[in-house]
Amino acid sequence: MAQSIFRTEGVTKVYGSGPAAVHALRGVDLALNEGELVVMLGASGSGKSTLLNILGALDTPTAGRVFFRDRELTKLSDAALTAFRRDHVGFVFQFYNLVPSLTARENVALVTEIAKNPMRPEEALERAGLPHRMDHFPAELSGGEQQRVAIARAIAKRPDVLLCDEPTGALDSKTGVTVLEALVAINDELGTATALITHNVGIQKIAHRVVILADGRVSEVIENDNRIAPAEVTW
Amino acid sequence: MISALDRKLLRDLRRIWAQSVAIALVMACGVAMLIISFGTLQNLTQTRDAYYERNRFAELFASATRVPYDLLAEIAAIDGVAQAEARIVDYVVLDMPEMVEPGMGRIVSLPEDGEPVLNVPLLRLGQLPDPTSVDEVAVSEPFANAHGLRPGDSFRAIVNGQARDLLVSGIALSPEYIYTIGPATLLPDNRRFGIFWMSHHSAASGFDLDGAFNDLTLRLTPGADPAPVIAAVDELLDPYGGTGTSDRDSQMSHAFLKQELEQLQALAWIMPPIFFVVSAFLVNMVLGRLIALERQQIGLMKAVGYSTFEIAVHYLKLAALVGVMGVVLGWGAGMWVADGMTELYGEFFQFPYLVSSPSTAAFAISGVLAMATVLAGAFRAVQGTVRLRPAVAMSPPAPPKFTQGLVDRVGRGLRLRQTTMMILRSITRWPGRAAVTLFGVAASVAVLVGSFFFFDAVEVMKDEMFSLSNRQQMTLTLTREQTLQAVDDARHLPGVLTVEGGYAVPVRLSHGSRQSLQSLQARSNGTELVRLLNRDRQPVAMPSRGLVLPELLALELDAQEGDLIAVEFFTGHRETHIVPVASVVQQTLGEAAYMRDEALHALLRQAPRVNQLNLLIDEAQLPALYAQIKETPGISGVALWREVRQRFDEQLNENLFTSVLIYATLGVLITVGVVYNAARIQLSERAYELASLRVLGFSRGEVSYVLVGEIMFLTVIGLPVGWLAGYGFAALSAEGLSSELVNIPLVVSTSTYGWATVLVFVSALVSVLIVRRRLDRVDLASALKQKD
Repeated sequence: MAQSIFRTEGVTKVYGSGPAAVHALRGVDLALNEGELVVMLGASGSGKSTLLNILGALDTPTAGRVFFRDRELTKLSDAALTAFRRDHVGFVFQFYNLVPSLTARENVALVTEIAKNPMRPEEALERAGLPHRMDHFPAELSGGEQQRVAIARAIAKRPDVLLCDEPTGALDSKTGVTVLEALVAINDELGTATALITHNVGIQKIAHRVVILADGRVSEVIENDNRIAPAEVTW
Repeated sequence: MISALDRKLLRDLRRIWAQSVAIALVMACGVAMLIISFGTLQNLTQTRDAYYERNRFAELFASATRVPYDLLAEIAAIDGVAQAEARIVDYVVLDMPEMVEPGMGRIVSLPEDGEPVLNVPLLRLGQLPDPTSVDEVAVSEPFANAHGLRPGDSFRAIVNGQARDLLVSGIALSPEYIYTIGPATLLPDNRRFGIFWMSHHSAASGFDLDGAFNDLTLRLTPGADPAPVIAAVDELLDPYGGTGTSDRDSQMSHAFLKQELEQLQALAWIMPPIFFVVSAFLVNMVLGRLIALERQQIGLMKAVGYSTFEIAVHYLKLAALVGVMGVVLGWGAGMWVADGMTELYGEFFQFPYLVSSPSTAAFAISGVLAMATVLAGAFRAVQGTVRLRPAVAMSPPAPPKFTQGLVDRVGRGLRLRQTTMMILRSITRWPGRAAVTLFGVAASVAVLVGSFFFFDAVEVMKDEMFSLSNRQQMTLTLTREQTLQAVDDARHLPGVLTVEGGYAVPVRLSHGSRQSLQSLQARSNGTELVRLLNRDRQPVAMPSRGLVLPELLALELDAQEGDLIAVEFFTGHRETHIVPVASVVQQTLGEAAYMRDEALHALLRQAPRVNQLNLLIDEAQLPALYAQIKETPGISGVALWREVRQRFDEQLNENLFTSVLIYATLGVLITVGVVYNAARIQLSERAYELASLRVLGFSRGEVSYVLVGEIMFLTVIGLPVGWLAGYGFAALSAEGLSSELVNIPLVVSTSTYGWATVLVFVSALVSVLIVRRRLDRVDLASALKQKD
């Protein structure tokens, strides 16, 4: 049986209180395995982003427990959670979240400077499919290129897990494919466990497993026996 | 009914209330300073004018040795003279029961009928001495208060060598003695020096001036030219030992008060502009950010039909509200402090009452200036965005364009961390904003250096006065000039260790059309106690002939080294000699002219003489010395330098804490206003970026570094700029505060720079750390969802 990298037990998240309370997650039990690529699907408001934020220690659950390997994240202090993010997690967001005043190379260096065993920024950029234009500022890059800088920045620290929130959401299909190719390649070559949120059903075919969320709960988990390459994904 | 736009305005203001208050406080400082300066100035001027008018302060003053009383009618008949009053004025030594050391008094006689027409004493208690009385005196109020004297009390005075018991008939004040200092002292000392009004006949018999007077005061007819009157009076008094007629500007009390008022006026224009300029920048910065955030709303407003003008007015109103807040705060604080200042002045100067009326002009000027600067700052911020076409405004602004330049090469060369590069790029990308922060910090330091410099100047002046120039412990003024035998005699007084004679005569110095009534002092090269110093604070070697003039006097006479000065002596043979200026020296206090003793005596064709004795004494024998002085008829005055210094320190320390606190607050407020606002704007613009860093695993400290680092980096660069600007302010203040009476030295000590630096650095750090705390509250997940 595959070793799990993340495990959640009855994770609940409630925003607000009283009649205005919003239940984003209503008891999620889920395990993500080492080295696997998981796609999380769900409608808007299904709780997929909340779950990803909780896994990445950007947010804490209202109830329930989250384990990273054998460590219980829900017991850690703020400083320990910062260290956890720094050492183990790479993030990729829909809006790239690059620092506009740093060039592509420097945005990656931002992370390699604080990571324990990073790759060189150039290597990370090459792996992310952006060997050129390293000295351009974000404003001088296209959306796809910016997202690849974000991916390079996420993988440069050799994270144990890559969490991607709608990484192709702001991109056209052609550019989206190149970004997915970069993610799949990294998953293949480095064996980095990857969780990818999308509302694009077509993308699920590139995953090892698909987790479908609805109304704050895991409604279905599908093992994908026939993975396809990102280039074959129809948008 | 309040419009929707106005409701938005109020809510916007509530949202940025902390920033608005910070700006309003800076603005309030400028406004308050104007109100304080002009308000105090107006209060004092009105008080003085009313007092002068009601108690008929004279316009011309003259003294002589002995003038027959009959001459008064002739003087009164001079064209242009409205009123003339003859008096007997002289000094007495006082033997106050509770004082071991001798005190000093100035006797001023009243007219024969007991009803003065000029310089009318204002009775506070009791009555003026009866014209027929002997040894009755009205005592100046400060002296009476210092000794607890009441009408009916008596005390002992040595009048012209004779001990007499003077009976207090009343307590009074006079417009002639709003500011009183005794001979050979530098500051008012109400315990050791007093004014005593005495009947004419009592004073005449006391000073052997029966049928004569030695002091004259005049009031001119309206519009009369004083110059011909002065010439006519001088001519009449010349045979009787006249020492030259002067106007109010040479009258000690008036001159000092005038100097104080001029200083107030000078100060009013030095500091306030800084505060106004800084607040204009702050409004520009804060409003600029608000408008940037509301860019899409502006587009929307335009799309639904609001005009560019309406939208511009909307934002200008917001700035105006901040301005109004600053003006109201400034007016309130200013009025409060101005009243306090007037009262302080009222205590320092001897005013019987204070006329206090708010200066409408000060309120109007400060209000208009404040609103104008705020609106100017706001206008620049509003201009750009409100003109955009709605479609352009509604779409997000183009991302900031960064380019690589020198900073980047340097950064790479130094292998700077990326977070440091973020700081440097932000500064080079928005140089204007960085400049405002830097300017604010520099202004803060400058205000502090420019204010604290006064304490340095005073230290230098004190050092010069008490340690370098005047090293004697005691100065005795002699009733009349004596031969050098007096110096030998003084050596035999109890406890006297060293004696040096001093000699000074009244003269009129003329150079071209410029004239000045001065004291000409004899100086010899070998003296140890009283020394004349040059710019480097070294004793000046007295030239064998010629005058040594202090800078201020040389300026007044428009004279330089080598120029010939006509010196009209009012003593001895009363001759006029043409003497060259041998050198000009820089001197902090006083305007007296100097000459080598041998040269002066040769010019006067007389054997060496003294009319002052400077002593070093054995303090253990002070009581015996005091007792002897009180019994010695030839001594008319005693100055104790230790007491003078003590008095000086007391007066300084009395308000030291308050003034340091006020200056420090003013300086620090600028830093707080600028840094707090700059940090808030930084945080607002970078929230997204900084949250991203947190997500990437940067700790709070590492993320804070980007925010705090940039502000503190600018602060550190601003500090030396502030030192330079502060030195400039100190120079301006020294210039503005120097007068005929005192030449403020331009010295700024290291500790002044140090304190200014520490205060600004710490307040900047605290301000930015207060803003930094907001970083802890940023919700990472949601910060990443919203762009900007």
